[in-house]
Amino acid sequence: MGIQNILWQVAKKSFTGSIIGLTISDRCCSVVPVRGDSMSPTFNPQRNSYLDDYVLVDKFCLKDYKFARGDVVVFSSPTNFGDRYIKRIVGMPGEWISSSRDVIRVPEGHCWVEGDNKTSSLDSRTFGPIPLGLIQGRVTRVLWPPQRISKIGQ
Amino acid sequence: MSMRLMSFLKQWRGTAKEAFENVSIVAKFLCLLHVTDRYIISTTHVHGPSMLPTLNLTGDVILAEHLSHRFGKIGLGDVVLVRSPRDPNRMVTKRILGLEGDRLTFSADPLVGDASVSVMVPKGHVWIQGDNLYASTDSRHFGPIPYSLIEGKALLRVWPPEYFGSLR
Repeated sequence: MGIQNILWQVAKKSFTGSIIGLTISDRCCSVVPVRGDSMSPTFNPQRNSYLDDYVLVDKFCLKDYKFARGDVVVFSSPTNFGDRYIKRIVGMPGEWISSSRDVIRVPEGHCWVEGDNKTSSLDSRTFGPIPLGLIQGRVTRVLWPPQRISKIGQ
Repeated sequence: MSMRLMSFLKQWRGTAKEAFENVSIVAKFLCLLHVTDRYIISTTHVHGPSMLPTLNLTGDVILAEHLSHRFGKIGLGDVVLVRSPRDPNRMVTKRILGLEGDRLTFSADPLVGDASVSVMVPKGHVWIQGDNLYASTDSRHFGPIPYSLIEGKALLRVWPPEYFGSLR
């Protein structure tokens, strides 16, 4: 049957395509949307949700988990398994962070993350330092909308 | 002169096409290997004294699956592979002894005395412990760990062959 053959070909091609896409998205880079305004004005400077920024997340950094202060990272939420946040690293292991009440030392293997928009950001000031193992990638560029295409700096 | 050049280029194009097809088959196979290893099932070499007597000191190879933790189906008593909260480049194997909301009491330092500590596992976290309480660095030292650090659940041991089978 011609139809069966065509369906089988389409199924094979989409299976291989999805396997390759999954590997690239795990090891090389992926594109994620930024929700919320906790990283304003770096991402989503206006509050319209139909103009959300889409950013490029680099995954090569996960080989050795080498990060630095100032990197914007995507990480799994320590309180809600399944959620992902995008924040900036402001403290690496061994550094001292002054939070509202006292001075905290970032333990080894952890990092302190904060959003650029300090007034509306759920970050380490609430849930404490996060293990570096939760990080899923580093944001390098803004890809959409086109007038905001740029490299992310410190 | 130009005829020889043309036939040479035609030959080269044939070989190049064959080489490209072979390379793409190898690339697709490597991608399949990556997806299976990360999302379905994989083998891991574990060693160290922290899970005696369940796992041997000199090293075992265990089969671990990577599906249960994605659906939240990790339960009490499971032996899991987690990414160490002290060093993200290291994977450790421990047993889950507490889920979120559980209240646990444990002995702060079993070598020294009987002083016990009581703790409640916060939301989104689990409590992991090695079976060998005297030689294991686990949640008694670094606290409960976020659930997302779990990367796989151990199924059975495949090496050494005389200990083949489930881990109990």
